[in-house]
Amino acid sequence: MIVKEIQIAAYLFASILFILSLGGLSSQESAKRGVFYGIIGMAIAILATVLGKGVAGHIYIIGAIAIASLIGIVVARKVEMTGMPQLVAILHSFVGLAAVLVGFGSYLDPHTHALEGTAHTIHLVEVFIGVFIGAITFTGSIVAWGKLDGKIRSKPLLYPGRHIVNILLGSACVVLGIFFTMAHDVNEAMLYLYIMTGIASFIGIMLVMAIGGADMPVVVSMLNSYSGWAAAAAGFMLGNDLLIVTGALVGSSGAILSIIMCKAMNRSFLSVIFGGFGDVAVGGSAEDIEGEVTSLDHEAVADLLKDAKSVVIVPGYGMAVAKAQYPIFDMVQTLRKDGKDVKFAIHPVAGRLPGHMNVLLAEANVPYDIVFEMDEINDDMPATDVVMVIGANDVVNPGAQDDPSSPIYGMPVIEAWKSQTCIVMKRSMAVGYAGVQNPLFYKENTEMLYGDAKESVDKIMNYLKG
Amino acid sequence: MKVGIPTEITPKELRVAATPKTVTRLIKQGFEVFIEKDAGLKANFSNKDFEDAGAKIVGSAADIYSNSDIVLKVLGPTNEEVDMMKEGLVTLSYLWPAQNPDLLQKLADQKVNAIAMDAIPRISRAQKMDVLSSMANIAGYRAVIEGANHFGRFLNGQITAAGKVDPAKVLVIGAGVAGLASIGAANSLGAIVRAFDTRKEVAEQIESMGAEFLTVEIEEDGATDSGYSKVMSEAFIAAEMELFTAQAADIDIVITTAQIPGRDAPKLWLDYHVAAMKPGSVIVDLAASSGGNCVMTKDGEVYTTDNGVTILGKLDQLPNQASQLYGNNLCHLLDDMGKAENFKIDMEDDVVSRAMVTHDGKVNWPPEPLPVSPQKPKVEEPVEIEDPRITEAREAKKTTISMIIKLGVIGGLLLLLGQFAPSEFMQHFTVFVLSVFIGWQVIWNVSHSLHTPLMAVTNAISGIIIVGGLLQTTDDISNPMTIIASLAILVASINIVGGFLVTHRMLKMFKK
Repeated sequence: MIVKEIQIAAYLFASILFILSLGGLSSQESAKRGVFYGIIGMAIAILATVLGKGVAGHIYIIGAIAIASLIGIVVARKVEMTGMPQLVAILHSFVGLAAVLVGFGSYLDPHTHALEGTAHTIHLVEVFIGVFIGAITFTGSIVAWGKLDGKIRSKPLLYPGRHIVNILLGSACVVLGIFFTMAHDVNEAMLYLYIMTGIASFIGIMLVMAIGGADMPVVVSMLNSYSGWAAAAAGFMLGNDLLIVTGALVGSSGAILSIIMCKAMNRSFLSVIFGGFGDVAVGGSAEDIEGEVTSLDHEAVADLLKDAKSVVIVPGYGMAVAKAQYPIFDMVQTLRKDGKDVKFAIHPVAGRLPGHMNVLLAEANVPYDIVFEMDEINDDMPATDVVMVIGANDVVNPGAQDDPSSPIYGMPVIEAWKSQTCIVMKRSMAVGYAGVQNPLFYKENTEMLYGDAKESVDKIMNYLKG
Repeated sequence: MKVGIPTEITPKELRVAATPKTVTRLIKQGFEVFIEKDAGLKANFSNKDFEDAGAKIVGSAADIYSNSDIVLKVLGPTNEEVDMMKEGLVTLSYLWPAQNPDLLQKLADQKVNAIAMDAIPRISRAQKMDVLSSMANIAGYRAVIEGANHFGRFLNGQITAAGKVDPAKVLVIGAGVAGLASIGAANSLGAIVRAFDTRKEVAEQIESMGAEFLTVEIEEDGATDSGYSKVMSEAFIAAEMELFTAQAADIDIVITTAQIPGRDAPKLWLDYHVAAMKPGSVIVDLAASSGGNCVMTKDGEVYTTDNGVTILGKLDQLPNQASQLYGNNLCHLLDDMGKAENFKIDMEDDVVSRAMVTHDGKVNWPPEPLPVSPQKPKVEEPVEIEDPRITEAREAKKTTISMIIKLGVIGGLLLLLGQFAPSEFMQHFTVFVLSVFIGWQVIWNVSHSLHTPLMAVTNAISGIIIVGGLLQTTDDISNPMTIIASLAILVASINIVGGFLVTHRMLKMFKK
């Protein structure tokens, strides 16, 4: 049993550790230390809470943590790096669920009803908001998980008047909130809370259903942000500063990620959240694309690579799907051994998570000093002999720069077409997630190489070695 | 035909319009060459050298002006010299016709056919006669040599047993002939060279000479068909000034070469740029004679400012070689005009008709524009450079006002909140707002490539909501609160354990 002051001190220490943990991620070298700080901070926080006054039912606590740890370990061990987006999404839903549960628990707590006057009202508002955010995070994350996992189709679900419906549902929640704080009887109040939870859950589902596959990185970061705000709301409910600090940190982190992702796609945050990208894009590019699509076989590509001095590889979601990162790095090593300058160019929104490509390449042991961001490498493109676009599409679309009618016009892209030769590895001529035709394929210096990314790279390797 | 070369009477002019070598060429072209006694002394050519080459030494300038058919000079003639000239004489020299209308009129009145070497159109065919280029080349080279002389340090970087010497940084403004020559010279001395020009097309030339091309983030090209750059927009100039301000503190030697024919040189290096430079830095202003690119340049003077910056407003001309190159340019022109045998003033010829600024008693300036107009002398509004500090101050003021309004609104809302909310809530709210700020600052530093690990770790940390569950459990399992709380603990723990583990797994993979 520790006194309250000690507990507060421990919370403060844990907050500092959490801040250091996030700060550690500014570079690869310090990142591992950052995780360590995070773990220690969490351990201190839990211990300080459990040892604090008024905590009972230790047996249930230990039991729940033990079961959860087992599940957590198994999940974290088993998940494939390509399945990272799904895992992150489902973990977000857990935070949302926990926030809802804590909200209900807080309302049921007898201390709540001991409060009087403004303090009581404010507490009720805190509970209500906490449950509201928690519920949206919970169901929204589950839908996001389903979309990322392919269980729900990734096409945006759009129906006429959805904005009005959303506004009506939101207003309904506000009205319910007023009833909730005015309610005299616990059962009546609980009813309002249940109804609101149902509505919020529905809003969460519809919100994510309306968002297309290409916008997934934004959605995931947005849900990340929500999960933080949910935790902060719980902190207000319980009057716990540690929860508030941590929730605010996570909330702003997710918000910044969303902003970065939106900038990378030249989209406004609001238009992503409220959907509508897909309906513009359905028609594809208004401009007819001139030129012919030419393709090469694997042997010719291998020959091109043999003659090249500098090679840039632009990976996209297709690489993740085919799990081609390992053979690609094998190929890169072979090329580097021959004295060629080989680099990776990563677009900020390549993949389905912020930084998704970096993680996949790291998994295949690609040293991060040959992995460059779009801005770092675009200037080198004209001096590059061969660019290999592997499973990327929209992020190398020249239409974003020169076709104002293109739905992705204005989005920063990797200028693959400026190189001497551009090889696009693709399964078919299908359009990318944004549903836009890609004039890159029709350029004179672009050659297509059809087939699964992994098999193609393996075949090229055979010719390179042979 | 007789070609005469008088001594340059301006004291600071060291060059001479012919050298023994060009005399030989002129004789080969069929001319008889007369040179005033001691004309080449200041450029290290003795009378004997000229005699050996075949020239005849003449005692006075008056003899030259009255007996020759063609007179070769460097600088334009003074009034006294013009008075000595005979009718129908052809003169070749610098004249700067745009600045010297009186001189042109006097020459015309004297019925002298004067060719202004500086008015030779800058077209491909006339390159061999282009004295501006040949002289600019020398100036560019000298700018570096003399700049380095006044700059009391190494130009190249060295690592010696006694320590490391950083290379000097040289900024060249204007990448014309002089600028490119400066870049080449500074680069070969080992300095780090940067160059700025309003014409985007010269980027390649700059880089080929070994300098880094500096540019501003405004899409505007200063290139014109005259080969000189045009007057840029206000926004461009503001951006340019900003760029220079940023460079001023970093560089050691600035060489400015921006000139616009027939006009004062644009003011590019302002007093606050000079003030920002390190003591010991050097400014070499190649446009000093037309007013200077630097506002503090004094034409013909070398001096050091109060903050220790040396400004060169004059350069040695390398008279010996400069005379040789200038003389060659003159030979080429005479060659083009038919040599001695068929010498004629062909006013149909693009080059001659434009350089011949007085002909048959009439002033022939300004010339007709060339059909393709590569040589149209631009008569534009004078360069107006708005002081970028004013624009900056205006912007800053605007931002300040909007900030004040925003802060006012926020402050008002907070006061309103404080009015109603209990003190405990306000304390929590303080913590919340400050945490958002901390998070905002910390997260922007996160490397792009670590965004996925960031999400996983924030995920784990947001499992802190477990605290809520921990506080709510009771000993009584039948109490719904305990069930709810245990469930919350369960899901939050999955998050904590799963999140940290998976982050760790990911980070383990990142390696250099």
